[in-house]
Amino acid sequence: MKRYSIFSLARNALNYHKDWERAWRSPDPKQEYDVVIVGAGGHGLATAYYLAKNHGITNMAVIEKGWLGGGNTGRNTTIIRSNYLQDPSIAIYELARSLYETLSQELNYNMMFSPRGVLMLCQTEHELRAFRRTAHANRLAGLDCRMIDAAEVKRIVPIINDSPDARYPILGAYYQPRGGTGRHDALAWGYARAIDNMGVDVIQNCEVTGMLRSGGKITGVETRRGTIRAKKVAVVTSGHTSNIMEMAGVRMPVESVCLQALVSEPIKPVIDCVVMANTVHGYMSQSDKGELVIGGGADPYNNYSQRGSFPAIEHTVSALVETFPIISRLRMLRQWGGIVDMTGDRSPIIGLTDVAGLYVNCGWGTGGWKSIPGSGFVFADTIANDRPHPIAAPFGLNRFTEGRFIDESVSAAVAH
Amino acid sequence: MLIVHCPVCGVEGDETDFHCGGQAHIARPATSDPANIADAAQRDYLFMRFNPKGLHFERWRCDRGCGKWFHAARDTVTQEFKAYYGITEMPPADVIKQATGQWAEFFKQATAGRPAARKTAVKKPVAKKTAARKTAPAKAKKS
Repeated sequence: MKRYSIFSLARNALNYHKDWERAWRSPDPKQEYDVVIVGAGGHGLATAYYLAKNHGITNMAVIEKGWLGGGNTGRNTTIIRSNYLQDPSIAIYELARSLYETLSQELNYNMMFSPRGVLMLCQTEHELRAFRRTAHANRLAGLDCRMIDAAEVKRIVPIINDSPDARYPILGAYYQPRGGTGRHDALAWGYARAIDNMGVDVIQNCEVTGMLRSGGKITGVETRRGTIRAKKVAVVTSGHTSNIMEMAGVRMPVESVCLQALVSEPIKPVIDCVVMANTVHGYMSQSDKGELVIGGGADPYNNYSQRGSFPAIEHTVSALVETFPIISRLRMLRQWGGIVDMTGDRSPIIGLTDVAGLYVNCGWGTGGWKSIPGSGFVFADTIANDRPHPIAAPFGLNRFTEGRFIDESVSAAVAH
Repeated sequence: MLIVHCPVCGVEGDETDFHCGGQAHIARPATSDPANIADAAQRDYLFMRFNPKGLHFERWRCDRGCGKWFHAARDTVTQEFKAYYGITEMPPADVIKQATGQWAEFFKQATAGRPAARKTAVKKPVAKKTAARKTAPAKAKKS
Protein backbone atom coordinates (compact mmCIF):
# COMPACT_ATOMS: atom_id res chain seq x y z
CA MET A 1 0.00 0.00 0.00
CA LYS A 2 1.39 3.37 -0.96
CA ARG A 3 0.99 5.91 1.80
CA TYR A 4 -1.12 8.96 1.08
CA SER A 5 0.73 12.20 1.77
CA ILE A 6 1.19 15.70 0.43
CA PHE A 7 4.07 14.34 -1.68
CA SER A 8 2.05 11.49 -3.20
CA LEU A 9 -0.71 13.99 -3.95
CA ALA A 10 1.76 16.34 -5.69
CA ARG A 11 3.39 13.49 -7.61
CA ASN A 12 0.04 12.19 -8.86
CA ALA A 13 -1.16 15.68 -9.69
CA LEU A 14 1.76 16.00 -12.12
CA ASN A 15 0.49 12.77 -13.73
CA TYR A 16 -3.08 14.02 -14.01
CA HIS A 17 -4.06 11.52 -11.26
CA LYS A 18 -3.84 8.58 -13.66
CA ASP A 19 -1.53 6.41 -11.57
CA TRP A 20 -3.29 6.07 -8.22
CA GLU A 21 -3.35 2.43 -7.18
CA ARG A 22 -6.65 0.85 -6.22
CA ALA A 23 -7.41 1.38 -2.53
CA TRP A 24 -8.35 -2.29 -2.04
CA ARG A 25 -8.40 -5.50 -4.07
CA SER A 26 -11.54 -7.26 -5.24
CA PRO A 27 -10.65 -10.89 -4.48
CA ASP A 28 -12.67 -14.05 -5.08
CA PRO A 29 -13.72 -15.79 -1.88
CA LYS A 30 -11.47 -18.57 -0.65
CA GLN A 31 -12.87 -21.96 0.41
CA GLU A 32 -12.15 -21.39 4.07
CA TYR A 33 -11.29 -18.64 6.54
CA ASP A 34 -10.61 -18.45 10.25
CA VAL A 35 -13.18 -15.69 10.61
CA VAL A 36 -15.93 -14.56 8.26
CA ILE A 37 -17.59 -11.23 8.99
CA VAL A 38 -21.01 -10.76 7.41
CA GLY A 39 -21.58 -7.13 6.51
CA ALA A 40 -19.02 -4.62 5.23
CA GLY A 41 -20.46 -1.56 6.86
CA GLY A 42 -18.53 0.53 9.34
CA HIS A 43 -19.00 -1.88 12.24
CA GLY A 44 -18.01 -4.95 10.18
CA LEU A 45 -14.94 -3.29 8.69
CA ALA A 46 -13.88 -1.88 12.08
CA THR A 47 -14.24 -5.34 13.62
CA ALA A 48 -12.02 -6.79 10.90
CA TYR A 49 -9.50 -3.99 11.36
CA TYR A 50 -9.09 -4.49 15.11
CA LEU A 51 -9.07 -8.30 14.72
CA ALA A 52 -6.16 -7.95 12.29
CA LYS A 53 -4.36 -5.19 14.14
CA ASN A 54 -4.83 -6.14 17.79
CA HIS A 55 -5.27 -9.90 17.55
CA GLY A 56 -3.20 -10.87 14.49
CA ILE A 57 -6.08 -12.60 12.69
CA THR A 58 -5.72 -11.96 8.96
CA ASN A 59 -7.09 -15.15 7.39
CA MET A 60 -10.43 -13.41 7.32
CA ALA A 61 -13.08 -12.24 4.89
CA VAL A 62 -15.61 -9.44 5.18
CA ILE A 63 -18.51 -10.31 2.89
CA GLU A 64 -21.11 -7.83 1.77
CA LYS A 65 -24.37 -8.15 -0.14
CA GLY A 66 -24.05 -4.78 -1.89
CA TRP A 67 -21.09 -2.44 -1.88
CA LEU A 68 -19.07 -1.60 1.19
CA GLY A 69 -20.45 1.19 3.30
CA GLY A 70 -23.64 1.25 1.19
CA GLY A 71 -26.04 0.61 4.05
CA ASN A 72 -26.42 2.71 7.14
CA THR A 73 -22.74 3.70 7.10
CA GLY A 74 -23.51 5.85 4.08
CA ARG A 75 -26.96 6.90 5.28
CA ASN A 76 -26.46 8.58 8.63
CA THR A 77 -26.01 12.21 9.64
CA THR A 78 -22.36 11.65 10.76
CA ILE A 79 -22.80 12.95 14.32
CA ILE A 80 -20.32 11.78 16.94
CA ARG A 81 -20.98 12.18 20.66
CA SER A 82 -20.76 10.09 23.81
CA ASN A 83 -22.94 11.85 26.40
CA TYR A 84 -25.26 8.96 27.20
CA LEU A 85 -26.85 8.37 30.57
CA GLN A 86 -25.87 4.86 31.66
CA ASP A 87 -22.31 3.87 32.59
CA PRO A 88 -21.99 0.96 30.10
CA SER A 89 -23.14 3.24 27.28
CA ILE A 90 -20.79 6.04 28.28
CA ALA A 91 -17.89 3.57 28.30
CA ILE A 92 -18.46 2.25 24.79
CA TYR A 93 -19.49 5.51 23.11
CA GLU A 94 -16.62 7.40 24.71
CA LEU A 95 -14.17 4.70 23.61
CA ALA A 96 -15.49 5.19 20.08
CA ARG A 97 -15.30 8.98 20.24
CA SER A 98 -11.74 8.90 21.56
CA LEU A 99 -10.67 6.45 18.83
CA TYR A 100 -12.18 8.79 16.22
CA GLU A 101 -9.74 11.51 17.31
CA THR A 102 -6.68 9.72 15.93
CA LEU A 103 -8.26 7.54 13.27
CA SER A 104 -7.24 9.63 10.27
CA GLN A 105 -3.57 9.37 11.22
CA GLU A 106 -3.87 5.71 12.16
CA LEU A 107 -5.55 4.69 8.89
CA ASN A 108 -3.61 7.18 6.74
CA TYR A 109 -7.00 8.18 5.40
CA ASN A 110 -8.62 11.52 6.09
CA MET A 111 -12.00 10.77 7.64
CA MET A 112 -12.44 14.45 8.42
CA PHE A 113 -13.24 14.10 12.10
CA SER A 114 -14.40 17.53 13.13
CA PRO A 115 -14.91 17.98 16.90
CA ARG A 116 -17.10 21.03 16.37
CA GLY A 117 -19.24 20.51 19.45
CA VAL A 118 -22.67 19.01 19.98
CA LEU A 119 -25.46 21.00 21.61
CA MET A 120 -28.54 19.25 22.92
CA LEU A 121 -31.18 21.91 23.44
CA CYS A 122 -33.33 22.08 26.53
CA GLN A 123 -36.72 23.42 25.46
CA THR A 124 -38.89 22.43 28.40
CA GLU A 125 -38.32 22.49 32.16
CA HIS A 126 -38.53 18.72 32.12
CA GLU A 127 -35.86 18.40 29.47
CA LEU A 128 -33.62 20.81 31.35
CA ARG A 129 -33.87 18.64 34.45
CA ALA A 130 -33.32 15.42 32.51
CA PHE A 131 -30.17 16.78 30.88
CA ARG A 132 -28.87 18.06 34.23
CA ARG A 133 -29.15 14.49 35.44
CA THR A 134 -27.25 13.23 32.38
CA ALA A 135 -24.65 15.96 32.95
CA HIS A 136 -24.04 14.76 36.51
CA ALA A 137 -23.78 11.14 35.35
CA ASN A 138 -21.35 12.13 32.61
CA ARG A 139 -19.22 14.24 34.93
CA LEU A 140 -18.91 11.28 37.32
CA ALA A 141 -17.73 9.21 34.35
CA GLY A 142 -15.14 11.84 33.50
CA LEU A 143 -16.67 13.18 30.27
CA ASP A 144 -15.89 16.70 29.16
CA CYS A 145 -19.47 18.01 29.00
CA ARG A 146 -21.36 20.85 30.62
CA MET A 147 -24.70 22.59 30.85
CA ILE A 148 -24.81 26.02 29.25
CA ASP A 149 -27.41 28.76 29.51
CA ALA A 150 -29.57 30.28 26.79
CA ALA A 151 -27.23 33.26 26.27
CA GLU A 152 -24.28 30.98 25.57
CA VAL A 153 -26.42 28.88 23.20
CA LYS A 154 -27.18 32.05 21.25
CA ARG A 155 -23.48 32.94 21.21
CA ILE A 156 -22.48 29.51 19.84
CA VAL A 157 -25.44 29.28 17.41
CA PRO A 158 -26.39 32.81 16.34
CA ILE A 159 -29.10 31.61 13.93
CA ILE A 160 -31.15 29.98 16.67
CA ASN A 161 -34.57 31.34 17.55
CA ASP A 162 -34.10 32.54 21.12
CA SER A 163 -37.43 34.29 21.43
CA PRO A 164 -39.01 33.66 24.84
CA ASP A 165 -42.36 33.55 23.04
CA ALA A 166 -41.43 30.50 20.99
CA ARG A 167 -43.65 27.47 21.44
CA TYR A 168 -40.59 25.71 22.89
CA PRO A 169 -38.20 28.45 24.10
CA ILE A 170 -34.48 27.75 24.49
CA LEU A 171 -33.84 27.36 28.22
CA GLY A 172 -30.27 26.14 27.88
CA ALA A 173 -28.38 23.24 26.38
CA TYR A 174 -26.26 20.28 27.24
CA TYR A 175 -22.94 20.79 25.48
CA GLN A 176 -20.26 18.26 24.52
CA PRO A 177 -17.49 20.35 22.93
CA ARG A 178 -15.50 17.27 21.89
CA GLY A 179 -18.40 15.80 19.94
CA GLY A 180 -18.81 16.62 16.28
CA THR A 181 -19.02 15.05 12.86
CA GLY A 182 -16.94 12.91 10.52
CA ARG A 183 -16.99 11.80 6.92
CA HIS A 184 -18.96 8.54 6.82
CA ASP A 185 -17.77 7.11 3.49
CA ALA A 186 -14.15 7.91 4.31
CA LEU A 187 -14.39 5.82 7.47
CA ALA A 188 -15.56 2.77 5.50
CA TRP A 189 -12.98 3.35 2.78
CA GLY A 190 -10.17 3.97 5.26
CA TYR A 191 -10.88 0.77 7.20
CA ALA A 192 -11.29 -1.24 3.97
CA ARG A 193 -7.96 0.01 2.64
CA ALA A 194 -6.22 -0.73 5.93
CA ILE A 195 -7.54 -4.30 6.29
CA ASP A 196 -6.92 -5.07 2.63
CA ASN A 197 -3.32 -4.03 3.20
CA MET A 198 -3.11 -6.52 6.08
CA GLY A 199 -4.31 -9.34 3.82
CA VAL A 200 -8.00 -9.45 4.74
CA ASP A 201 -10.38 -10.15 1.83
CA VAL A 202 -13.17 -7.63 1.35
CA ILE A 203 -15.72 -9.39 -0.87
CA GLN A 204 -18.54 -7.26 -2.23
CA ASN A 205 -21.66 -8.35 -4.14
CA CYS A 206 -21.68 -11.58 -2.16
CA GLU A 207 -25.03 -12.06 -0.43
CA VAL A 208 -25.30 -14.60 2.39
CA THR A 209 -28.10 -17.07 1.66
CA GLY A 210 -27.63 -19.53 4.50
CA MET A 211 -25.66 -20.45 7.60
CA LEU A 212 -23.90 -23.80 7.92
CA ARG A 213 -24.31 -25.44 11.30
CA SER A 214 -23.09 -28.72 12.58
CA GLY A 215 -24.85 -29.45 15.85
CA GLY A 216 -24.47 -26.45 18.09
CA LYS A 217 -21.52 -25.06 16.16
CA ILE A 218 -21.24 -22.77 13.16
CA THR A 219 -19.14 -24.09 10.28
CA GLY A 220 -19.54 -21.51 7.55
CA VAL A 221 -21.87 -19.54 5.34
CA GLU A 222 -23.64 -20.17 2.04
CA THR A 223 -23.33 -17.22 -0.31
CA ARG A 224 -24.28 -16.31 -3.86
CA ARG A 225 -20.64 -16.97 -4.73
CA GLY A 226 -20.46 -20.42 -3.19
CA THR A 227 -19.90 -21.98 0.19
CA ILE A 228 -17.36 -20.38 2.52
CA ARG A 229 -16.29 -22.42 5.50
CA ALA A 230 -15.23 -20.62 8.66
CA LYS A 231 -14.27 -21.37 12.23
CA LYS A 232 -16.00 -18.25 13.43
CA VAL A 233 -18.77 -16.16 11.87
CA ALA A 234 -19.61 -12.65 13.04
CA VAL A 235 -22.89 -11.09 11.96
CA VAL A 236 -22.82 -7.30 11.73
CA THR A 237 -25.75 -6.56 9.45
CA SER A 238 -27.74 -3.90 11.28
CA GLY A 239 -31.32 -3.79 9.95
CA HIS A 240 -31.06 -7.24 8.37
CA THR A 241 -29.71 -8.99 11.47
CA SER A 242 -33.02 -10.75 12.21
CA ASN A 243 -33.03 -12.30 8.75
CA ILE A 244 -29.41 -13.46 8.82
CA MET A 245 -29.65 -14.81 12.36
CA GLU A 246 -32.85 -16.67 11.51
CA MET A 247 -30.78 -18.63 8.97
CA ALA A 248 -28.71 -19.86 11.92
CA GLY A 249 -31.84 -20.51 13.99
CA VAL A 250 -31.30 -17.64 16.42
CA ARG A 251 -34.14 -15.24 17.20
CA MET A 252 -33.23 -11.63 17.89
CA PRO A 253 -35.05 -9.05 20.06
CA VAL A 254 -34.90 -6.38 17.37
CA GLU A 255 -37.27 -4.72 14.95
CA SER A 256 -36.26 -2.99 11.73
CA VAL A 257 -37.56 0.48 11.00
CA CYS A 258 -36.65 3.20 8.55
CA LEU A 259 -34.74 6.26 9.74
CA GLN A 260 -34.60 9.15 7.29
CA ALA A 261 -32.24 12.04 6.77
CA LEU A 262 -32.10 14.86 4.27
CA VAL A 263 -29.86 17.67 3.11
CA SER A 264 -30.64 21.18 1.92
CA GLU A 265 -29.13 23.01 -1.00
CA PRO A 266 -25.60 24.24 -0.15
CA ILE A 267 -25.37 27.65 1.49
CA LYS A 268 -22.62 29.72 3.08
CA PRO A 269 -21.54 28.69 6.59
CA VAL A 270 -24.30 29.45 9.10
CA ILE A 271 -23.80 26.87 11.81
CA ASP A 272 -20.46 25.48 12.99
CA CYS A 273 -21.66 22.89 15.49
CA VAL A 274 -24.30 20.19 15.76
CA VAL A 275 -27.63 21.20 17.27
CA MET A 276 -30.11 18.62 18.49
CA ALA A 277 -33.64 19.61 19.44
CA ASN A 278 -35.03 16.53 21.10
CA THR A 279 -38.36 17.93 22.23
CA VAL A 280 -39.38 19.02 18.75
CA HIS A 281 -37.68 16.06 17.03
CA GLY A 282 -34.98 17.36 14.76
CA TYR A 283 -31.27 17.90 14.54
CA MET A 284 -29.04 19.78 12.18
CA SER A 285 -25.43 20.44 11.25
CA GLN A 286 -23.71 21.85 8.18
CA SER A 287 -21.46 19.78 5.95
CA ASP A 288 -18.21 21.10 4.51
CA LYS A 289 -20.01 21.41 1.18
CA GLY A 290 -22.44 23.82 2.82
CA GLU A 291 -25.49 21.58 2.85
CA LEU A 292 -27.52 21.52 6.04
CA VAL A 293 -27.68 17.89 7.16
CA ILE A 294 -30.99 17.20 8.85
CA GLY A 295 -32.34 14.23 10.72
CA GLY A 296 -35.31 13.42 12.89
CA GLY A 297 -37.38 10.57 14.26
CA ALA A 298 -37.78 7.14 12.73
CA ASP A 299 -40.90 6.03 10.86
CA PRO A 300 -43.19 4.31 13.35
CA TYR A 301 -43.61 0.88 11.73
CA ASN A 302 -41.46 -2.01 10.51
CA ASN A 303 -39.93 -1.24 7.17
CA TYR A 304 -37.23 -2.69 4.91
CA SER A 305 -37.67 -0.38 1.94
CA GLN A 306 -34.91 2.23 2.64
CA ARG A 307 -37.25 5.05 1.64
CA GLY A 308 -39.50 6.13 4.47
CA SER A 309 -42.52 8.35 4.22
CA PHE A 310 -43.27 12.07 4.10
CA PRO A 311 -44.92 12.68 7.49
CA ALA A 312 -41.58 12.01 9.24
CA ILE A 313 -39.80 14.54 7.00
CA GLU A 314 -42.54 17.12 7.41
CA HIS A 315 -42.43 16.71 11.18
CA THR A 316 -38.65 17.11 11.30
CA VAL A 317 -38.49 20.08 8.96
CA SER A 318 -41.31 21.96 10.65
CA ALA A 319 -39.56 21.50 14.00
CA LEU A 320 -36.31 22.87 12.64
CA VAL A 321 -37.96 25.83 10.92
CA GLU A 322 -39.36 26.76 14.32
CA THR A 323 -35.89 26.43 15.88
CA PHE A 324 -34.00 28.08 13.00
CA PRO A 325 -36.37 30.49 11.18
CA ILE A 326 -33.54 31.37 8.77
CA ILE A 327 -33.91 28.03 6.96
CA SER A 328 -37.60 28.42 6.15
CA ARG A 329 -37.07 29.16 2.46
CA LEU A 330 -34.27 26.66 1.82
CA ARG A 331 -34.92 23.89 -0.66
CA MET A 332 -34.22 20.32 0.31
CA LEU A 333 -31.97 18.53 -2.16
CA ARG A 334 -31.81 14.88 -1.23
CA GLN A 335 -33.56 12.54 1.14
CA TRP A 336 -32.79 8.92 2.00
CA GLY A 337 -33.63 6.21 4.49
CA GLY A 338 -31.65 3.55 6.30
CA ILE A 339 -33.01 0.40 7.90
CA VAL A 340 -32.07 0.44 11.57
CA ASP A 341 -32.48 -2.35 14.10
CA MET A 342 -34.19 -1.20 17.27
CA THR A 343 -33.94 -3.04 20.58
CA GLY A 344 -36.34 -2.71 23.48
CA ASP A 345 -33.93 -0.65 25.60
CA ARG A 346 -32.36 1.29 22.70
CA SER A 347 -28.93 -0.17 23.49
CA PRO A 348 -26.93 -2.45 21.20
CA ILE A 349 -26.38 -6.19 21.38
CA ILE A 350 -22.74 -7.28 21.27
CA GLY A 351 -21.46 -10.72 22.03
CA LEU A 352 -21.76 -14.46 21.84
CA THR A 353 -24.84 -16.47 20.90
CA ASP A 354 -26.12 -19.94 21.82
CA VAL A 355 -24.43 -21.23 18.66
CA ALA A 356 -20.69 -21.81 19.23
CA GLY A 357 -18.55 -19.73 16.90
CA LEU A 358 -21.39 -17.37 15.99
CA TYR A 359 -21.11 -13.78 17.20
CA VAL A 360 -23.47 -10.89 16.76
CA ASN A 361 -23.14 -7.13 16.90
CA CYS A 362 -26.39 -5.31 16.18
CA GLY A 363 -29.18 -3.27 17.72
CA TRP A 364 -27.39 0.06 17.40
CA GLY A 365 -30.72 1.41 16.26
CA THR A 366 -30.48 5.01 15.25
CA GLY A 367 -27.03 5.55 16.82
CA GLY A 368 -24.64 3.26 15.00
CA TRP A 369 -22.33 5.68 13.24
CA LYS A 370 -20.87 7.38 16.31
CA SER A 371 -19.93 4.07 17.86
CA ILE A 372 -18.17 2.37 14.95
CA PRO A 373 -14.53 2.33 16.18
CA GLY A 374 -15.46 1.43 19.76
CA SER A 375 -17.89 -1.24 18.65
CA GLY A 376 -15.30 -2.79 16.33
CA PHE A 377 -12.63 -2.63 19.02
CA VAL A 378 -14.59 -4.52 21.69
CA PHE A 379 -16.30 -6.88 19.24
CA ALA A 380 -12.92 -7.93 17.76
CA ASP A 381 -11.66 -8.71 21.26
CA THR A 382 -14.87 -10.66 21.96
CA ILE A 383 -14.43 -12.77 18.80
CA ALA A 384 -10.69 -13.37 19.26
CA ASN A 385 -11.00 -14.52 22.88
CA ASP A 386 -14.45 -16.12 22.67
CA ARG A 387 -15.67 -14.16 25.70
CA PRO A 388 -17.17 -10.68 25.98
CA HIS A 389 -14.76 -7.76 26.25
CA PRO A 390 -15.35 -6.03 29.63
CA ILE A 391 -16.91 -3.01 27.91
CA ALA A 392 -19.09 -5.27 25.71
CA ALA A 393 -20.15 -7.58 28.56
CA PRO A 394 -23.21 -5.57 29.71
CA PHE A 395 -24.52 -5.56 26.11
CA GLY A 396 -24.88 -9.35 25.83
CA LEU A 397 -27.95 -11.00 24.36
CA ASN A 398 -28.66 -12.55 27.78
CA ARG A 399 -29.62 -9.19 29.31
CA PHE A 400 -33.11 -9.57 27.87
CA THR A 401 -33.62 -12.83 29.78
CA GLU A 402 -32.04 -11.52 32.95
CA GLY A 403 -33.87 -8.20 32.93
CA ARG A 404 -30.58 -6.28 33.07
CA PHE A 405 -31.45 -3.52 30.64
CA ILE A 406 -29.37 -0.52 29.65
CA ASP A 407 -32.19 1.90 29.18
CA GLU A 408 -31.14 4.68 26.84
CA SER A 409 -34.52 5.54 25.41
CA VAL A 410 -34.37 8.90 27.17
CA SER A 411 -30.82 10.03 26.46
CA ALA A 412 -30.99 8.54 22.98
CA ALA A 413 -34.13 10.57 22.37
CA VAL A 414 -34.53 11.63 18.78
CA ALA A 415 -30.89 12.41 18.29
CA HIS A 416 -29.47 9.00 18.88
CA MET B 1 -47.05 7.41 2.75
CA LEU B 2 -49.25 4.52 3.79
CA ILE B 3 -52.97 4.64 3.09
CA VAL B 4 -54.72 2.62 5.78
CA HIS B 5 -58.26 1.25 5.95
CA CYS B 6 -60.08 0.72 9.22
CA PRO B 7 -62.10 -2.52 9.07
CA VAL B 8 -64.19 -1.46 12.07
CA CYS B 9 -65.61 1.93 11.01
CA GLY B 10 -64.63 1.74 7.36
CA VAL B 11 -62.70 5.03 7.09
CA GLU B 12 -59.63 5.44 4.94
CA GLY B 13 -56.77 7.69 5.97
CA ASP B 14 -53.03 8.14 5.74
CA GLU B 15 -50.57 6.75 8.29
CA THR B 16 -50.78 9.85 10.51
CA ASP B 17 -54.47 9.12 11.14
CA PHE B 18 -53.55 5.70 12.48
CA HIS B 19 -51.09 4.30 14.99
CA CYS B 20 -49.04 1.18 14.41
CA GLY B 21 -49.04 -0.98 17.54
CA GLY B 22 -46.36 -3.43 16.46
CA GLN B 23 -46.46 -7.18 16.03
CA ALA B 24 -49.85 -8.89 16.24
CA HIS B 25 -50.97 -12.09 17.94
CA ILE B 26 -48.63 -11.96 20.95
CA ALA B 27 -50.08 -13.94 23.82
CA ARG B 28 -49.14 -12.84 27.33
CA PRO B 29 -47.82 -15.96 29.03
CA ALA B 30 -48.76 -14.81 32.53
CA THR B 31 -52.45 -14.75 31.60
CA SER B 32 -52.84 -18.51 31.59
CA ASP B 33 -50.22 -19.48 34.16
CA PRO B 34 -48.95 -16.51 36.18
CA ALA B 35 -47.02 -18.49 38.78
CA ASN B 36 -45.00 -20.56 36.39
CA ILE B 37 -43.45 -18.29 33.79
CA ALA B 38 -39.89 -19.03 32.73
CA ASP B 39 -37.56 -16.04 32.24
CA ALA B 40 -37.20 -16.99 28.57
CA ALA B 41 -40.97 -16.96 28.06
CA GLN B 42 -41.26 -13.53 29.63
CA ARG B 43 -38.36 -12.31 27.47
CA ASP B 44 -40.07 -13.62 24.34
CA TYR B 45 -43.28 -11.87 25.32
CA LEU B 46 -41.61 -8.54 26.03
CA PHE B 47 -38.78 -8.31 23.51
CA MET B 48 -38.54 -11.09 20.92
CA ARG B 49 -40.29 -9.93 17.78
CA PHE B 50 -40.92 -11.39 14.38
CA ASN B 51 -39.10 -9.03 12.07
CA PRO B 52 -39.77 -10.41 8.60
CA LYS B 53 -38.59 -8.86 5.37
CA GLY B 54 -41.90 -9.40 3.60
CA LEU B 55 -45.37 -10.22 4.91
CA HIS B 56 -45.89 -9.05 8.49
CA PHE B 57 -48.93 -9.09 10.79
CA GLU B 58 -49.50 -6.02 12.95
CA ARG B 59 -51.90 -4.24 15.27
CA TRP B 60 -53.07 -0.81 14.19
CA ARG B 61 -55.35 1.70 15.87
CA CYS B 62 -57.84 3.97 14.12
CA ASP B 63 -56.57 7.04 16.02
CA ARG B 64 -58.63 9.77 14.41
CA GLY B 65 -61.62 7.63 13.49
CA CYS B 66 -63.39 5.18 15.73
CA GLY B 67 -60.42 4.69 18.06
CA LYS B 68 -60.60 0.92 17.81
CA TRP B 69 -57.67 -1.47 17.48
CA PHE B 70 -57.60 -3.86 14.53
CA HIS B 71 -55.20 -6.18 12.75
CA ALA B 72 -53.50 -5.72 9.39
CA ALA B 73 -51.27 -7.84 7.18
CA ARG B 74 -48.65 -5.69 5.48
CA ASP B 75 -45.58 -6.33 3.36
CA THR B 76 -42.58 -4.58 4.95
CA VAL B 77 -40.79 -4.22 1.60
CA THR B 78 -43.54 -3.19 -0.85
CA GLN B 79 -45.66 -1.58 1.94
CA GLU B 80 -48.78 -3.20 0.45
CA PHE B 81 -51.60 -4.00 2.88
CA LYS B 82 -52.80 -7.53 2.10
CA ALA B 83 -55.71 -7.66 4.56
CA TYR B 84 -57.44 -5.94 7.45
CA TYR B 85 -59.19 -8.04 10.06
CA GLY B 86 -60.72 -7.72 13.51
CA ILE B 87 -58.67 -7.53 16.69
CA THR B 88 -59.97 -10.90 17.93
CA GLU B 89 -59.56 -12.63 14.59
CA MET B 90 -56.96 -14.61 12.73
CA PRO B 91 -56.06 -13.43 9.20
CA PRO B 92 -58.01 -14.67 6.16
CA ALA B 93 -56.89 -18.16 5.09
CA ASP B 94 -55.45 -16.99 1.76
CA VAL B 95 -53.20 -14.46 3.51
CA ILE B 96 -52.04 -17.02 6.08
CA LYS B 97 -50.90 -19.14 3.13
CA GLN B 98 -48.57 -16.34 1.99
CA ALA B 99 -46.84 -16.11 5.38
CA THR B 100 -43.21 -17.25 5.51
CA GLY B 101 -40.59 -18.10 8.14
CA GLN B 102 -41.59 -17.54 11.74
CA TRP B 103 -45.09 -16.39 10.82
CA ALA B 104 -45.77 -19.56 8.79
CA GLU B 105 -44.71 -21.64 11.80
CA PHE B 106 -46.79 -19.51 14.13
CA PHE B 107 -50.00 -19.89 12.10
CA LYS B 108 -49.47 -23.63 11.72
CA GLN B 109 -49.53 -23.94 15.51
CA ALA B 110 -52.13 -21.26 16.17
CA THR B 111 -54.72 -22.55 13.74
CA ALA B 112 -54.16 -26.21 14.73
CA GLY B 113 -54.89 -25.87 18.43
CA ARG B 114 -57.62 -23.25 18.27
CA PRO B 115 -61.07 -24.10 19.68
CA ALA B 116 -63.61 -23.55 16.91
CA ALA B 117 -66.61 -22.63 19.07
CA ARG B 118 -65.15 -19.49 20.66
CA LYS B 119 -63.93 -18.21 17.34
CA THR B 120 -67.33 -17.96 15.69
CA ALA B 121 -69.04 -16.60 18.80
CA VAL B 122 -66.67 -13.64 19.21
CA LYS B 123 -66.13 -13.00 15.55
CA LYS B 124 -69.52 -12.66 13.97
CA PRO B 125 -70.36 -8.94 14.02
CA VAL B 126 -66.85 -7.85 12.94
CA ALA B 127 -66.40 -10.65 10.45
CA LYS B 128 -69.20 -9.32 8.29
CA LYS B 129 -67.37 -6.06 7.67
CA THR B 130 -64.02 -7.66 6.92
CA ALA B 131 -65.66 -10.05 4.47
CA ALA B 132 -67.01 -7.11 2.51
CA ARG B 133 -63.61 -5.44 2.61
CA LYS B 134 -61.86 -8.59 1.43
CA THR B 135 -63.39 -8.42 -2.03
CA ALA B 136 -61.67 -5.11 -2.69
CA PRO B 137 -58.57 -4.90 -0.52
CA ALA B 138 -57.15 -1.42 -0.25
CA LYS B 139 -53.66 -1.11 -1.61
CA ALA B 140 -51.00 0.92 0.14
CA LYS B 141 -50.05 3.84 -1.98
CA LYS B 142 -46.62 5.31 -2.23
CA SER B 143 -46.14 8.89 -2.99
